[in-house]
Amino acid sequence: MKLIFEKSIPGRGQDIFPICDVPICLPKAPHRNTKPRLPEISENEMGRHYTSLAKRAHGVNDGFYPLGSCTMKHNPKINEAMASLPGFVNIHPLQPPHTVVGANEIITELENFLCEITGMDAITFQPAAGAQGEFTGLLLIKAYLQDKGEFERNEILVPDSAHGTNPASATMAGFKSITIKSDAFGMVDLDDLKSHLGPKTAGLMLTNPNTVGLFDTHIMDITRLVHEAGGLCYYDGANLNAVMGIVRPADIGFDVIHMNLHKTFSTPHGGGGPGSGPCGCKSFLSPYLPGLTCKDGKTYTRAEKSIGNLTGFYGNFLVNIKAFTYILTLGSKGVPSVAKNAVLNANYMQEKLKDIYPVAFDTTCMHEFVISLQAIHNEKNISALDVAKALLDHGMHPPTMYFPLIVDEALMIEPTETESRETLDDAIEVFRDIYKMIIESPEIVAASPQTTPVLRLDEVKAAREPKLKYNFGE
Amino acid sequence: MGIFIPNTTDEQIRMLNDIGYKDFDDLFALIPDEAKFKGNLNIPMGKSEIEVTHTIESIANKNTIFRSIFRGAGAYNHYVPSAVNSISNKEEFLTAYTPYQAEISQGILQSIFEYQTMITELTDMDIANASMYDGASAAAEACAMCKDRKRSTIYVSEAVDKRILEVIKTYSFGRDTTVKVIPETNGITDKDALRKALDDDSSAACFLMQYPNYYGLIEDADTLCKITHDAGAQFIMSVQPLSLGVLKTPGEIGADICVGEGQPLGLGLNFGGPYLGILATTNKNLRKIPGRLIGETVDSAGDRGFVLTLQAREQHIRRDKASSNICSNQALCALKAGLYMATIGPKGLEQVSTLCSSKAHYMAEELSKIGMPLVYEVPFWNEFVTSCPNTDKLLSSLETKGILGGLKLEDGNILWCCTELNTKEDIDTVIAIAKEVF
Amino acid sequence: MNDPRELMYTKDHEWIYYDGEDAYVGISDFAQQELGDLVFVNLPEVDDEVIAGESFGDVESVKAVSDVLSPVTGIVLEVNEEILEDASLINQDAFSAWFIKVGNITETEDLLTAEEYDRIIEG
Repeated sequence: MKLIFEKSIPGRGQDIFPICDVPICLPKAPHRNTKPRLPEISENEMGRHYTSLAKRAHGVNDGFYPLGSCTMKHNPKINEAMASLPGFVNIHPLQPPHTVVGANEIITELENFLCEITGMDAITFQPAAGAQGEFTGLLLIKAYLQDKGEFERNEILVPDSAHGTNPASATMAGFKSITIKSDAFGMVDLDDLKSHLGPKTAGLMLTNPNTVGLFDTHIMDITRLVHEAGGLCYYDGANLNAVMGIVRPADIGFDVIHMNLHKTFSTPHGGGGPGSGPCGCKSFLSPYLPGLTCKDGKTYTRAEKSIGNLTGFYGNFLVNIKAFTYILTLGSKGVPSVAKNAVLNANYMQEKLKDIYPVAFDTTCMHEFVISLQAIHNEKNISALDVAKALLDHGMHPPTMYFPLIVDEALMIEPTETESRETLDDAIEVFRDIYKMIIESPEIVAASPQTTPVLRLDEVKAAREPKLKYNFGE
Repeated sequence: MGIFIPNTTDEQIRMLNDIGYKDFDDLFALIPDEAKFKGNLNIPMGKSEIEVTHTIESIANKNTIFRSIFRGAGAYNHYVPSAVNSISNKEEFLTAYTPYQAEISQGILQSIFEYQTMITELTDMDIANASMYDGASAAAEACAMCKDRKRSTIYVSEAVDKRILEVIKTYSFGRDTTVKVIPETNGITDKDALRKALDDDSSAACFLMQYPNYYGLIEDADTLCKITHDAGAQFIMSVQPLSLGVLKTPGEIGADICVGEGQPLGLGLNFGGPYLGILATTNKNLRKIPGRLIGETVDSAGDRGFVLTLQAREQHIRRDKASSNICSNQALCALKAGLYMATIGPKGLEQVSTLCSSKAHYMAEELSKIGMPLVYEVPFWNEFVTSCPNTDKLLSSLETKGILGGLKLEDGNILWCCTELNTKEDIDTVIAIAKEVF
Repeated sequence: MNDPRELMYTKDHEWIYYDGEDAYVGISDFAQQELGDLVFVNLPEVDDEVIAGESFGDVESVKAVSDVLSPVTGIVLEVNEEILEDASLINQDAFSAWFIKVGNITETEDLLTAEEYDRIIEG
């Protein structure tokens, strides 16, 4: 389809702004000489343009979206309604505190809820996304250790199954990232962990359930060992959906956590963001928390040894309202029931698929499971990518591909709790049909997708000859 | 409670039994008992949609919505055209993930590609990324981009918004990078101090200035750029995007990186977020740009299509060697910004920029007539600082009339902001109230 | 230096070609095939030190990045600007597309002959 610039006709446009009711006066400073080639387009044409774009996108509302590790659950409509109330949208972040009592009440209440769910003592909503939450948590660890004079503790241990953000965040926080091996069951290899713990250990970052969808059964040993070595334990909350209300990270030895409200707490992903990545900690780390908070409705205060600020104001406030709405709706019984059904749905699919799609680790999984196409790849030359693309022709968003890195030809499936049994049965049917096709006519699978707006795209060309903006034909 | 789960309790039990589990306890048997949370969560019982709505509406009603806002300082009360939210709320945009599966994500990819193009047009830079979290974090990431083995010290003007400086410092604490502040004199960067500091420091990586600066002043960016480049460092400008409807652009000035708070481009005040981090740069920084980039390519039939590209820069591939950890960004905000720019077009951009400037100059003139003169004799766009005989008294008087006045600065002066939403009548009302107060 | 039979190799799939006291370093044809279409390389700068067995740069494909290790310890005399411009040259002819030229060589990894290297990649 055409780009919006190709639909632009000089002189067209929309009337938004009034005639100036004061004398025209421009700054006595150099003005721009170039004319920005923004689109000139009527509202009708623009609306149709974006409707066409929407038809070429796939959201949770378009169909099953079992994208492992991303928790693509239903995004309740009430969340959106509450986050667009004028009393939240039309308030300035620098209004006097007594005029934003409601906004600060939400922040305080949500902090209480999330502390209860995680077992932590304090939470900052400064981080705009999970990765920034990780960075924040690591800075808390760094500030705390430096405060104690333990400057030599500069290593963060990260399992080889971890999300890429973990080692990247460790580097950004000035730590050296040390990779810990997984054992034959996909869990932290305790011997490898022990061999890397020592006087340089600042901490361990762990996702639990881990990225192969398994709850690490040695978790109490792991956190104890790290603490005995003088390090802190960081909980990557990416997979909190599997255990909320069942296990509280603080109770099992974690000192710091970030949550992805856009995963666990049902706020929409928006095609990549905005998310919200609040960071929680135990009380001994709270003096280092970033940002300003207003708990009494009167004054903003900053923690005494605050690491500073991660975002300009109070993080992605409207996203936090959506999460608040969600927790208020679910309540104390609803929260654990989310985890239970997320785990049930994943096991249901795993059980119905594992006879033909070997699972990486054949045991009860948590909210997601990983299948490996390695054998099929060897026999039929059909890769995880091919299967993913074949799913596109069935109106289904594929699972996460080639992650975690410790499983070859991986597809990671996370159905979430908001899918019905029929949806799961349909998806299982699709997976089985594709398997049949792999056996009978693999060339069709290899040539998929065929029904999508575009066919497979040349990513090599995109990277070798980067074209990152429209060429107006100069 | 639990209403977003379609399967009934009976169905859940049947599914459990179907796959060989007695009940949920059986399903969770692998979690060590000592790890399990035994109590009940101490949060309220779940509520119906109507109850939740009433609860949250009553909380929202505790906030004051000012009918007239003269406060900016990093968050701006601009008009959001109806089409922006109406269109961006389409579920296909709202509920999609990052467009990793390009074939069914062309809509998202193309919308961001269009956004990237519009930002380069607005700023006259070569390339723009798909967005950062907000203006402040974009500034911090821009500073980090300039670091190399030989150059690591970050210089920032004192006339930059303290919130931006704070985020730069926090990021730099992580990377163990030194941040040095170049002092301001009379509201603008002290050029001699900058020249001296950079001349004496072969490790200077970059200098970041704000345009217009925190006090609304339009600094001599051309000269600051030249001083920075003469010292071999990169020049970063943090902009208010709508000012570029009239002001000389970062590209024309020769900036290496342009960052900015994109909130004025169709996002509400939102009590500080979600906002939009703009990050644009020159081709020579292509490999150093953080975050997602959308690129044009062709599909196997030769038709145009779009993909996430140059991903090997990013955390999910480069892991501990990635220059940034950013993963989720503010894609929906970028979509809104794209919609905003498409709605107003080039004519609207110039109009809104002119309206902001004209209203601010009118207000400054009127305030000076009643004994609140401009503090700085430097050109400004839509924000300016005046003195005030009694700042607290004036601001609280305005508040009682439903007007959010300018921001009180540490020295007691007021930082005012006008946008296209402030009518002459509103401005005259402020003047009248001020006259009454003094 | 184009004849792969005359080059020496590391077990990490780099090749090395001696030009008097100095040496050219690149990656093997097997390596480029395994990596797939390369889109970019990161190289050190002239005068940088490289250390035997340690990474001196990396190669990027669309979905992966891989370190390139130096077979020798020494100083970078030249880098191949052509592959910086166009990484596909490595895919086209891995034995011509050298990465760096190293001088002042003080230490060398255990190197393999072409025959020994072939046995490793076939094994």
